[in-house]
Amino acid sequence: MSARSVRRRITSGVMTGLVALLCAAAVLPLLFIFGDLIHKGATSLDWNFFTHTPVPAGQSGGGVAHAIVGTGIVVGLACLIGLPIGIGAGVFLAEYGSGKLGWVVRFVADVMNGTPSIVIGIFAWAWLVRPFGTFSALAGGGALAMLMVPMLARTTEEMVRLVPHSLREAALALGYPRWRTSVQVIVRSALAGIVTGALVAVARVAGETAPLLFTALGNLNFATNIFLPMQTLSLQIFQYGTGPFEEWHRLAWAAALVLMGLVLVLSLAARWATRQRYGAS
Amino acid sequence: MARPDAVVRLAAQRLTALFGRKVAVRDVSLLFPTNTVTAIIGPSGCGKTTFLRCLNRMHELSEGGWVTGRVLLDNEDIYGGQLDPVDVRRRVGMVFQRPTPFPTMSIFDNVAAGLRVNGGRRKADLAAAVERALRQAALWDEVRDRLHTSAVALSGGQQQRLCIARAIAPQPEVLLLDEPTASLDPAGTQRIEELCHELKERYTIVIVTHNLQQAGRVSDYTAFFYLGELVEVGLTSALFTRPQREQTEAYITGRFG
Repeated sequence: MSARSVRRRITSGVMTGLVALLCAAAVLPLLFIFGDLIHKGATSLDWNFFTHTPVPAGQSGGGVAHAIVGTGIVVGLACLIGLPIGIGAGVFLAEYGSGKLGWVVRFVADVMNGTPSIVIGIFAWAWLVRPFGTFSALAGGGALAMLMVPMLARTTEEMVRLVPHSLREAALALGYPRWRTSVQVIVRSALAGIVTGALVAVARVAGETAPLLFTALGNLNFATNIFLPMQTLSLQIFQYGTGPFEEWHRLAWAAALVLMGLVLVLSLAARWATRQRYGAS
Repeated sequence: MARPDAVVRLAAQRLTALFGRKVAVRDVSLLFPTNTVTAIIGPSGCGKTTFLRCLNRMHELSEGGWVTGRVLLDNEDIYGGQLDPVDVRRRVGMVFQRPTPFPTMSIFDNVAAGLRVNGGRRKADLAAAVERALRQAALWDEVRDRLHTSAVALSGGQQQRLCIARAIAPQPEVLLLDEPTASLDPAGTQRIEELCHELKERYTIVIVTHNLQQAGRVSDYTAFFYLGELVEVGLTSALFTRPQREQTEAYITGRFG
């Protein structure tokens, strides 16, 4: 074996080892977080945790049923408001966004994407809470929607742009009007990617706390009225985690585990949607 | 050139196609008689594809694309302002160099796409029209048992015949083929060439090709383009045996291009 060949083998081995190490460094935090959450939270997960509301401080038992339902409602509201606007804006940007208006929308979306969520929360408070005189789940959903829209717009735009130009031409050559080409051929071809982007956006906002502090506020009781304050898992973690009682800390860990599980399921669903896309084509 | 009794289905008159200020096709006049196959040949970049795309108003969809001159479809100028480009494209079908099946649609839905976009058709009519188009494109026997499976699972040659079926399902008057066999193997190429012979019974066909043998095999007329201009057009048999222009002879004997 020549000296050069040996040197190449060594370099290759060192680089491979280095990359593996960095890869582990990237993955380890996730494993630690999950390990810690399971270690500290899993023991508190029982039937009561999912079906009961909190008991007075100092007593043991009780659960976060109201926060789980509340998370569902607030995130659901955010989807109802945010998905149509965000996806619609994304399709607009990709299909008709070459002009000045497109440039403005893209710029605004990028700035909003970089805006800290607590700032969004303050704005949501000024627009959706103060005028109505009450904190509400609807305001919380609105705040989360504001976070979702720019994310959705940009990912949807990217996904729609990925559709080959030849498909658009094929549809137009077949006598499709422009708008039907957009909706029935282009967006439909990009749908798997758009769904993935939507699930990622939902997973992102499901764990948001700051914007909800000013809007949904939180609630100790079971509530389903969207015009009144509502509890979410993230708020529950914040309140219990910063509280003085050992029992609260325990429940905060458990709530964090549930929230992480929820986000993980959404991420896996996003992966699954992408798999379908490549499997079919 | 055409027989005196032939009906001219499509005619380009002093057609010039441009990208911005750059001329891609200059001052071309060409007749396409009904139920004939016309091949357009020439070296790469000579404007054959651009010319073809002017015949169904696809050229103007390209960045900076615009035209001057006229294109008469049944004696009506498609650039005259009376005809909607969308309607023109329904009457003048097109098949591209690479197969472009809609990946989200089944085989059936692909063929039905052009019919559905025209609106209001009963289910039974639609199924009959799809079967007819697939039979004409010589694909029916291969896909009859899997009409509702993904179109992208087909082989390249089958996909291209599917695209032909999709283009002829709405029964256009003219069929434009832009190097339809460029990405196919010899067997697939042969199927498409046979198809040209069968399809000209019903349609007027214009085919752009790089392959001189193919032009010789499938076409009644051949037009030779060079540097954006129409150099010579004539009966295919005449053009290949007794070219009138020196450039044509040089090209078909393989001295350039």
